[in-house]
Amino acid sequence: MRARSRVAAESDGRGGTRLAVLRSESPLLLRRTGPHTVHLVGGGAGPLRGDDLRLDISVAPGAALEILSVAAQLALPGQAHLPQSRLEIHATVASGGTLRWWPEPMIAAAGCNHLTVTRVDVAEGGSLLWRDDLVCGRHGEDSGDVRTDTTIRYAGSTLYRHELSVGPHAPGWSGAAVLGDGRAIGTLISAPGAFPATAGPGDFAVMPLAGPGMLATAVAPDIRAVQAALDPLGKPTATLTH
Amino acid sequence: MSLASLLVLADGRLPSGGHAHSGGLEAQVSAGRVRDLDAVAGFLRGKLATAGLVAAAFAAASCARPGEWASLDQGLDSRTPSPALRKASRAQGRALLRAARAMWSLPPVGRDLHQPVALGVVAHAGGLGPEEAAVAAAHGTTSGAASAAVRLLGLDPYAVHGLLARLTADCDRIAADAAARAESPVDDLPAAGAPLLDIGAELHATWEVRLFAS
Repeated sequence: MRARSRVAAESDGRGGTRLAVLRSESPLLLRRTGPHTVHLVGGGAGPLRGDDLRLDISVAPGAALEILSVAAQLALPGQAHLPQSRLEIHATVASGGTLRWWPEPMIAAAGCNHLTVTRVDVAEGGSLLWRDDLVCGRHGEDSGDVRTDTTIRYAGSTLYRHELSVGPHAPGWSGAAVLGDGRAIGTLISAPGAFPATAGPGDFAVMPLAGPGMLATAVAPDIRAVQAALDPLGKPTATLTH
Repeated sequence: MSLASLLVLADGRLPSGGHAHSGGLEAQVSAGRVRDLDAVAGFLRGKLATAGLVAAAFAAASCARPGEWASLDQGLDSRTPSPALRKASRAQGRALLRAARAMWSLPPVGRDLHQPVALGVVAHAGGLGPEEAAVAAAHGTTSGAASAAVRLLGLDPYAVHGLLARLTADCDRIAADAAARAESPVDDLPAAGAPLLDIGAELHATWEVRLFAS
């Protein structure tokens, strides 16, 4: 399945946000659910092998956009002869714009082979909160192969560059350097930095990046403990109303 | 390329401060995650595939284009979210440059480089190529942690060195890949992360008593 979805937020000139573009193709379906909230509602199982999905997000000066999702994304095996499934997310945030990306977790079902590529460019004076959670396998199941490849740039410099590989083809991923016995990991990036540095309890740390930003990371046996650590740092209050 | 120069650079007895660091192992031993040889093996395999891959890539790139040390150094900053790990890497880079100034003639570079960038600059000054710099970097990310494992857990040093020997094919492959990509733009170089190394380094930095600096 191939999908190209796009959302562009701009200021409405009266302190609010107008969606100049809201275009979606299944399974990356976008629905406006609040004054500056868009939900990914999902239009089918997956991603599955062979899927090629791309979401483009832009936030103009003075606009605020929050992107949530109604359910976890479940990466599934699909047909073995097809290439790995691929989700690319490209976002730009202009000076004076605010983007909050806070979807439900991605779950790597056994046998999946998935790549998520994230490229975010925030202009100086823009504001970003970017949350990503990954669960390695459904309950009691081995993890499939998932690689995430993330680049976040702020004011023209690369602030955060990170790849994470889990699953049977990732050497040492379940060793004590990478995830150990943890089967859920969450990351939250704020640029510029918005929360205080801390470490623990458990496998949780909030770290000041070398540039203007913070990373909060939590690793735990299940997603609930990850959410308990990260949600208080900025879980959106908007609820799905229609 | 001088094989003897590579041995001098990769020798654990090079006085570049490496013995003071456990490569993140002490934090995981204390967390109860690493208690035996198998767990050390899993730690080393994951570390080599993440921090080792990145260190090899940046050592190779810095050896191939030592004049770009500043942008490569920034590239490692963006790949090292933990301030404790940035500090440990720069301390080891500084110590390596100090030792290397007595060995070879170094170009003018910053004083506080990340260790893999310093290693590439030093390898270049010693007449080595990107692949040699990369293999020294990859090996270095595992050998320091392996010797720390012997000291922290009282493991059999022969068995621990056996683990290192079994990782040599991976080190060679990583070094060859790193050399092939040595001219890539900084953002395109590998960025494999290891979340428990980051979190463990931050927790470790808060301890009042510890055996290793990182």
